[in-house]
Amino acid sequence: MITPAEYVREIPAHHRLEAGRCKKCRKIYYPARQVCPECQAREFEPLSLPREGKIVTFTVIRVAPSQFSDQAPYAMGIVEVQPGVRLLTQVVDCDLDKIEIGMPVSLEFRKIQEDGEKGVLAYGVKAVPR
Amino acid sequence: MDYWIVGLLMDSHLTINPFIHQSIHPSIHYPKQMMLNFKTTEDTVNREVVILGVGMTRGGEHWGKSLRQLFVEAALAAIDDAGVDRIGSMYIGCMSSGLFNGQEHIASLMADYLGQKHVPATRVESACASGGAALRMGFMEVLSGLNEVVLVGGVEKMTDVSTDGATYALSTAADQTYESFYGVTFPGLYAMIARAHMHRYGTTRKQLAEVAVKNHLHGSMNPFAQYRQKITVDEVIHSTAVADPLNILDCSPITDGASAVILCSREIAKKFANGNPSLREKPLVKITGSGQATDTIALHSRQDITELRAVAEAAQQAYKMAGKKPGDIHLAEVHDCFTIAEICVLEALGVAEKGQGGKAAESGYTALGGRMPVNTSGGLKAKGHPVGATGVAQAVEIVHQLRGEAGDRQVKNARVGLTQNMGGTGGSCVVHIMEAL
Ligand SMILES: [Zn+2]
Repeated sequence: MITPAEYVREIPAHHRLEAGRCKKCRKIYYPARQVCPECQAREFEPLSLPREGKIVTFTVIRVAPSQFSDQAPYAMGIVEVQPGVRLLTQVVDCDLDKIEIGMPVSLEFRKIQEDGEKGVLAYGVKAVPR
Repeated sequence: MDYWIVGLLMDSHLTINPFIHQSIHPSIHYPKQMMLNFKTTEDTVNREVVILGVGMTRGGEHWGKSLRQLFVEAALAAIDDAGVDRIGSMYIGCMSSGLFNGQEHIASLMADYLGQKHVPATRVESACASGGAALRMGFMEVLSGLNEVVLVGGVEKMTDVSTDGATYALSTAADQTYESFYGVTFPGLYAMIARAHMHRYGTTRKQLAEVAVKNHLHGSMNPFAQYRQKITVDEVIHSTAVADPLNILDCSPITDGASAVILCSREIAKKFANGNPSLREKPLVKITGSGQATDTIALHSRQDITELRAVAEAAQQAYKMAGKKPGDIHLAEVHDCFTIAEICVLEALGVAEKGQGGKAAESGYTALGGRMPVNTSGGLKAKGHPVGATGVAQAVEIVHQLRGEAGDRQVKNARVGLTQNMGGTGGSCVVHIMEAL
């Protein structure tokens, strides 16, 4: 689990899929960055990523970390929302045997994990096949 | 012509490159022990770095041995193998003694328990590439002339915590906030690389298994391997699923272990080797190439999920420095933390064509007796993967091979070897090329 402070700092990215677009070369980064690796520019404009994409690759996690063990087995995939813009998340609400590369998904707001009985409930997006 | 080099600050072991500090007046009074004699300017320009001694512990669950005991055992073995009487400095690769053992500041701890009073000692961390990165630091220090005899070690004690604790510690090598946060594990990340590779290039489940089968076969001939039993393709394919398509027998184990090498200049190496009956008849092993590179820490940030750019970049640097190409390499120790990793690494090293790495183990090309044996030690898979020690252990195997002391697993006429060590899903990589003189 990331620290509660780190979780709160990253809420715009995790909850709202806020990203950054390089003002010089227009490349989009998720999460937003301070320096563009492509052109070294330091100016970005914020944007929110679309909530639809397709699966680039995936796996089914059968041996899970303790805070996810009650969910196992669960699928995880890399989702491309725009050409070259990708994120990693769980793939849910589907038959684990039916997931395929190229499958279109929607990104929906869900609970990701909870840090024990008194810890933070952490939210983000999960991919649901369309 | 002789230069007297004046040690800086308080440390009697620290000397400096004569080209930078020739202007320091030699008549300034310093205690005698703060000085070290360099013979000629050519020595400094053409300094060659030799691995004079090697040592390691067997990989495994060492319940009876502590972090410091494991390290000292490997370091003493390397010191005795080299026959050196002093160490100028130390670099220690270790990924996460903080999370595995609740102990940081281990460079000081290890220098202390190795009985090396006041030597400079530095811990180097680059996740699972910590050992390789430490080796490069030691290489650069000897090359620079700062110290003539440097010990490079690696250590990790991973079994004092639960499997879940170890999984967590390892997961910190991924992007905690954008990968681990969502529930992915390292087997999961490599499984996604495997899935993409199979989808695009037609790599098969059997080809993945062949990597583990080969490395266990090699490991069965290595007395220092954690697992010495042979396994079959069928056993790999039907072993417990961890993260589809990877099973438990596709994964390197959790391991306690340490490894160490003694680096020194060729001049010094010749002197020590001449006085050491066990080394006198054997070739010296020189590091002729060194490369290091990084890539995005998050797998999903890469344009091509199946391509290990840091490996390709580090390899190009090492090939260029050594004046070698992939076809000149006689054997390699590569980072097979998962079966798919060895396949992608061989492609990035230029040993296999892009997409064709799956055929290397299957065809016998990378097996003992094949065209280019890979992971004759058993690799991470069978030898064990004490993460911070792995990069150094790879060098230990190459030295044994180039000296012709690898026993049943000896590669005939091995003169040029390569080590490739990477962190995370390839976010960092270190490559070295070593040659028998
Ligand atoms: Zn840019």
